Amino acid sequence: MNPLNKSIVQTELDRFLNREVYLHLETTNGAYAVHRQESNMTVGAYIRNGLIRFGRGIITGAGPYRVGLKMEIGWVYAEGLTDYEIDPEGRLLLAGHDQEGRLAVALELSLSPFEL
Amino acid sequence: MKEHVLVVFPHPDDETFGCGGTIAQFTKSGVPVTYVCGTLGQMGRNMGKPLFANRESLPIIREVELEIACQALGIQRLIQLGLRDKTIEFEDPELLTDKLEQIILEVKPSLVLTHYPGHAVHPDHNALGDVTIRAVSRLSPQERPTVYAHAFARDCQDQLGKPDIINDITDVAEIKLAAIRAHRSQSQVILPRLSNGQFKNPSSKNSYNHMLTRESFWIYRFL
Ligand SMILES: [Zn+2]
Repeated sequence: MNPLNKSIVQTELDRFLNREVYLHLETTNGAYAVHRQESNMTVGAYIRNGLIRFGRGIITGAGPYRVGLKMEIGWVYAEGLTDYEIDPEGRLLLAGHDQEGRLAVALELSLSPFEL
Repeated sequence: MKEHVLVVFPHPDDETFGCGGTIAQFTKSGVPVTYVCGTLGQMGRNMGKPLFANRESLPIIREVELEIACQALGIQRLIQLGLRDKTIEFEDPELLTDKLEQIILEVKPSLVLTHYPGHAVHPDHNALGDVTIRAVSRLSPQERPTVYAHAFARDCQDQLGKPDIINDITDVAEIKLAAIRAHRSQSQVILPRLSNGQFKNPSSKNSYNHMLTRESFWIYRFL
């Protein structure tokens, strides 16, 4: 991945407008957060292959960045994004990493389902 | 019974960090080791330092790392269950137990290494340890292999007492270190702490303290 480039990512988000899009959305502080006494709670959530359609998709912030996808009846939101990649399959991968390089948040869009 | 060790863990690297030294001692002495690995650690947080993996490439990278680590440890056979990281506890335990039972009947292990259910921190560790022990308990007491259960929750000694087996692994520390290095995406962050000698410092509170000197297990007692 590379440090997030806002204008490239904005162009990429526009590519997915008004189409059936597969979504991977995730946030986590790691299964060992409490064990390592880094936090008093282990929290995480993910959705893999959520099928969505959005008519407006914006990246904002001065880094780390935020993304909001406006759907007809709801929103997709992610905060803390630091890196991006358009992978060989044309998927848009966005992630936020901490100083140790550990993933804390991810938002990914694809026109075909992600592998299970 | 012919000696054969069956190792059952959910994530590539569990075999190395938890019991790589013990595995290396078995394989060095000619005892075959089969490893059943549940997932490809698809949801791991470590992406290399500097970053070289992403959420989608991570399982492909970890599969290769796992093969290299198995070679380093002398693991003869790798069986992948093809499950997804962080989901094992939501699968049907009966189906998983059937699968493990089939493997046990085929491999006929004299010893099984797995996580101690309820004392192994990560939900996947606890869930796969649980179905492995269920599968072993389906055998008659005479047929059952010994189970070395690995526990590392902070309170595990309060709950379980002192470990039954405290294995000195200093003779195979280099082999274990090679396997740790093989799991590059997961170990780059901790390697500096291992190589600057913190693991040798007995007063260090660092959890990597004993990683290259000893490994502990509880012998699971079936009711
Ligand atoms: Zn694990």
